[in-house]
Amino acid sequence: MTVARSSSPASAPGFIRRFRLVGYSLIGIVAYFLLLAFMLNSTATAAQQVANALTLGAIYALVALGYTMVYGIIELINFAHGDVFMVGSFVALWTLTSDPIFNVVGLGQTGIVTNIALLAGILLLTFTVSMVLMAVLNMGIERFAYRPLRNAPKVAPLITAIGVSLILQNVIQIIVGTGDRPVPQLFPTDGFQFLGANIRYLNLFIFLVALVLLYGLQQFVSRTRLGRAMRATAQDQQAAQLMGVDLNQTIAMTFLIGGALAGAAGVFQGQYLGYVRFDLGFNAGLKAFTAAVLGGIGNLTGAALGGFLIAFLEVFAAANGQQRWSQAIVFVVLIVVLVFRPAGILGQQIGERA
Amino acid sequence: MTAETITSGAPGPAGQDGATGDVLLRLDDVHTYYGQIHALKGVTIEVNRGEVVTLIGANGAGKTTTLKTVCGLLHPRQGTVTFDGQDVSKTAAHNLVKAGIGHAPEGRRIFSRLTVLENLQMGGFTRPPEEIDEDVERIMTLFPRLKERTYQQGGTLSGGEQQMLAIGRAMMSRPRLLLLDEPSLGLAPILIQVVFETIKEINAAGTTILLVEQNALQALNIAHRGYVLQTGNVVLTGDAAELREDETVRKAYLGEI
Repeated sequence: MTVARSSSPASAPGFIRRFRLVGYSLIGIVAYFLLLAFMLNSTATAAQQVANALTLGAIYALVALGYTMVYGIIELINFAHGDVFMVGSFVALWTLTSDPIFNVVGLGQTGIVTNIALLAGILLLTFTVSMVLMAVLNMGIERFAYRPLRNAPKVAPLITAIGVSLILQNVIQIIVGTGDRPVPQLFPTDGFQFLGANIRYLNLFIFLVALVLLYGLQQFVSRTRLGRAMRATAQDQQAAQLMGVDLNQTIAMTFLIGGALAGAAGVFQGQYLGYVRFDLGFNAGLKAFTAAVLGGIGNLTGAALGGFLIAFLEVFAAANGQQRWSQAIVFVVLIVVLVFRPAGILGQQIGERA
Repeated sequence: MTAETITSGAPGPAGQDGATGDVLLRLDDVHTYYGQIHALKGVTIEVNRGEVVTLIGANGAGKTTTLKTVCGLLHPRQGTVTFDGQDVSKTAAHNLVKAGIGHAPEGRRIFSRLTVLENLQMGGFTRPPEEIDEDVERIMTLFPRLKERTYQQGGTLSGGEQQMLAIGRAMMSRPRLLLLDEPSLGLAPILIQVVFETIKEINAAGTTILLVEQNALQALNIAHRGYVLQTGNVVLTGDAAELREDETVRKAYLGEI
């Protein structure tokens, strides 16, 4: 597992690199906006689309991190991760429609909560429940499905991951059926004016919370003792053990963090999309996994970047009326990137053992 | 198989270079397997506190397997490993670091995408966080080259620097027993000298060392005692000086014909 920055406060190259990334991102967003504004001939629509892309990208990025962290540490493509995200979105739905919140606090017909303090409280509760439960679920999956296969050939846990994915989908399908389940929309439909567009507070909220989570994770992994142990384990499990790192604990912690992020993304999903369904983990998982590969699998910053890039491509296709081509465009870009940078955009290829 | 002992009776050079004669590490009739492959076939080894003990032998003799069995990456199927009076045969590797065993493994195994500083900090993973900076300072005094490379990624170091980092990283846990696996492998002759000098210094500062080397002559020059391994058995043991003079050792491992 790598981060785009080395952990030392005095490390000048890491410092510059970090701000270079922020700078490039801002330039990219502005260029994207200008391109859209030119093609759509409207700055308001373009601003709206940029906001959509950033919101969608934030959700993809959070899910992609779970893929990239797990791959980084045990080289497993955890196909069940998209479904953990899906279960998280249902847990958020169940929390919001649970008796104490739905009836006692009273979400009412529309679900919109106008009292800021009440809204914050409900959101905090929903996030806590979903993140904690998904962290536990993800750790449980690792403990009972993957850990017994740790020394088996790589294909065994891979098949198991597909199995776990199907189990999660089927369990949810048995509980709620196959239809769309509407999620109470907590946020008002209005927002603030930006370049002539009405940007919903929901979009801003999702983007900002995701940024905080991404930044927090990056700080954790690059600066703390346990984060360093995670990176060391990702590079060389045996050597990490020889440093005194408990492998089981470190891997469990990776699943815990990945699950919590997927839980948060699940809350966003319900609020942004308006409904949840038993099979939404598959599509989201596919995109998030693609994002992780695009950014450089195993690289945290890369996964976040990849998530946003894919969202930008999709929104671009949709804004030009080519929605049905959006998946094709995403994968063409993925292939082109991998041809020129096989390790992904931020993937590093430093000699393992000189 | 019973090993031939050159100096009968004497377990080690007691009183020499701080060696007190009490046993820090003992392998008793250890059998270790890789799946079906019987790699160690009843190895019995003792390392006394304060000693440098070397294991010499050809490729595949079981030297690295012995170290891996000591540090807990492998567990003996039969026999016991006793460290500081405790049976550690079944103890997991990460707990043995806390118990006081440091290991600079074969092939150095530097964390190539972590900086030199982070590699050292990882070495101190089991230590109280507030004492790590001080220990990093200590290691960098021992290896000034590492100080110059503090913020460089481990993978960008030269072979010699990586070896120093591997030894320094193992020292960060303040081990009572340091396992060194082929520290001279792939290094230029001048660097080999430096590495062996450093091993002597580390030992003089009070760390017991179990050293695996193909470079048998150099190893015997700094060791108090040695064991000769052959296909998973100890075939010869004795004081380093006597092993150096021994005819079979000279022929087989010191390159004399």
